[in-house]
Amino acid sequence: MESQSIHFKKRVAGELANAQLQSNMRRFGGRFKMARAKVVGEVDDWEGTRSAGAEARDRALNNLDTWIERFESEATRRGATVLFAETGADVAELVIDICRRHGVKKAAKSKSMLSEEALLNQRLEAAGVQPVETDLGEYILQLAGEVPSHIIAPAIHKSKEEVADLFEREHHRPRTLDIPQMTREAREVLRAHFLSADMGISGGNFLIAETGSVALVTNEGNGRMVTTLPRVHVCITGIEKVLPTLEDLSLLMRLLPRSATGQSISNYFTVLTGARQPGDRDGPEHMYFVLVDNGRTNLVGGDMQEMLRCIRCGACMNHCPVYQTIGGHAYGWVYPGPMGSVLTPSYVGLENALDLPHAATLCGECSVACPVKIPLPDLLRKLREKQVERGLRPASERLGIRIWSWVAQRPRLYAFATRVATRYLRFQGGRARMISHLPLGKGWTLGRDMPAPPGRTFRELYAKRKAQ
Amino acid sequence: MRVGLFVTCLVDLMRPNIGFAALELLESAGCEVVVPATQTCCGQPGYNSGDRESARALALKVLEEFEACEYVVAPSGSCSGMIRTHYPDLFRDAPADLDRIERLSARTYELTDFLVNVAAIARVPGKYRGAVTYHDSCAGLRELGVKAQPRALLAKMDGVALTEMEDCAVCCGFGGTFSVKFGDISAAMAEKKCEHIQASGAETVVLGDLGCMLNIEGRLRRRGDSRTRVLHVAEVLSGRDLKGD
Ligand code: SF4
Repeated sequence: MESQSIHFKKRVAGELANAQLQSNMRRFGGRFKMARAKVVGEVDDWEGTRSAGAEARDRALNNLDTWIERFESEATRRGATVLFAETGADVAELVIDICRRHGVKKAAKSKSMLSEEALLNQRLEAAGVQPVETDLGEYILQLAGEVPSHIIAPAIHKSKEEVADLFEREHHRPRTLDIPQMTREAREVLRAHFLSADMGISGGNFLIAETGSVALVTNEGNGRMVTTLPRVHVCITGIEKVLPTLEDLSLLMRLLPRSATGQSISNYFTVLTGARQPGDRDGPEHMYFVLVDNGRTNLVGGDMQEMLRCIRCGACMNHCPVYQTIGGHAYGWVYPGPMGSVLTPSYVGLENALDLPHAATLCGECSVACPVKIPLPDLLRKLREKQVERGLRPASERLGIRIWSWVAQRPRLYAFATRVATRYLRFQGGRARMISHLPLGKGWTLGRDMPAPPGRTFRELYAKRKAQ
Repeated sequence: MRVGLFVTCLVDLMRPNIGFAALELLESAGCEVVVPATQTCCGQPGYNSGDRESARALALKVLEEFEACEYVVAPSGSCSGMIRTHYPDLFRDAPADLDRIERLSARTYELTDFLVNVAAIARVPGKYRGAVTYHDSCAGLRELGVKAQPRALLAKMDGVALTEMEDCAVCCGFGGTFSVKFGDISAAMAEKKCEHIQASGAETVVLGDLGCMLNIEGRLRRRGDSRTRVLHVAEVLSGRDLKGD
């Protein structure tokens, strides 16, 4: 996906005015958060488990090269082919190569955010391969020609009515608003694709180094179809998804479904190791891994490495009051919400996503919810610091902060300036003591008044009181 | 107990009443309260804007002004959270000052946290009567664990009936400079907060941070609600809600 993050402010205005999105976010936005709150108590020591999860991820990331090599040799030993892609374009190139080698015309896909990073569908189509999304949400978006607005619930911005219209148009069947009926309809259409696809493309929630396996966490069963029915299975995932051992996997599986959807365990949990072996009843004849960098190694060993712990559960966006207000599309690239505001500038360039690190109140809900304790607000602040270091903030903003702190370091000047300011604001407030228009704070008074101060600073009043 | 009152720049400029309310509460708890006259701002605006240098200069100023105090108390979770949890980060690569900074951080408290957990006050002087709802401001709640403290203090007042609103711990949308940079998102978040406040049926929303108060009151008034009162917890507890400003 090409990043549109530079247009964040404009996109926000659109989303705030989008009545459908606003009503969807209000109705569904809070559901995952509530569901998660109900199940975290099932784990004896949730906080301790989060810490252990963070440590397990750090152990993998601190020696990422070692674990990737181990993964590669174990997976290869079990009959899979492991390929590496440096960029999104490389991903598409590798997959198209594989398609050519095996005469693939149609690829059934289960959910993969990485294929969004790689613009894979577009590039496959251009190469004459038909990609079919089989995750229900992704399928809807493919029909609509849209991109995901949430990493777990990609079509959360779409209403039932919109989907009904879409299905009527694409499936040529009578329009229905009955959700089980709509799901059945999609399943029938997709079934034919599963059976006719020559290739299955999946993401990967975790890679397990000691066995060379990939773990998939899904709810719709399409992941299993995609990885077992077609002749060729290609698993595309980021290099950072590796875990040293199955033990680590079981630990993270206590965290992932609970944090993501509020489920104790997902409907399907699959660990796949190698291609079909003699004597196996099913499975693909060929299994490929495409392990993607696309900016990730830049974070390894640096002050942003903690971000690579991310297990893509979506809890940070479910708990983010900004995300819940503007939805995912406003962020302008693959990953929305707090994790997206850290990842997007890191992967597409700080200068291409200037607003994202600032589009947060630093309220801290995300970091409290994150199952692997990523200090998202601290990382956002670090990105703000990097922007200042590289001179990427508007001069007026930097000057404003400089002047403020220069004055604040000079108590007598500060006392004078605030005396003037409080009187001015008092005057502005008029009889109602409310300011409805602030010349230097338009952003504030566009949607709010500013309660006016009483016209004397605490400093003045306190000095008077002491003198009495 | 010698307590330094960090008034905060916002209270100094926008609502001195909160400063006096905090002062009176600390005095009635038996503290000897000093109010360093040269104090200004804790440096948070610079820190959150990516300007560490500015933030560090102001942090050192706070250190000079308050180092002699046994405790530092602020009527704000945001500013006390800055001193308590973020000052050490500001000096992580300046070992010469880090030690002194860490000692200051460790004895810095948000007002209600201090009244409950350090001063352990038995009674509060306030006289407020009526139904209130409490908004948990973010930094106090998530950086300092301020949740039960203000509620415990309000519970000591016979006339106060607390009714919790939905999403009382969700951000009101203030976020410092965020409220101006992204005024539209900020106001939309404040709008949701106002809906929850009104749905609670309380006639007053009580909270512990002036930034959030201005945001919430500003939005309430803009949407035509001139009745719901927005009070700082110190104003309610001290009885200064009646004195006005
Ligand atoms: S940053 Fe944390 S909460 Fe957000 S998606 Fe990643 S693991 Fe989940």
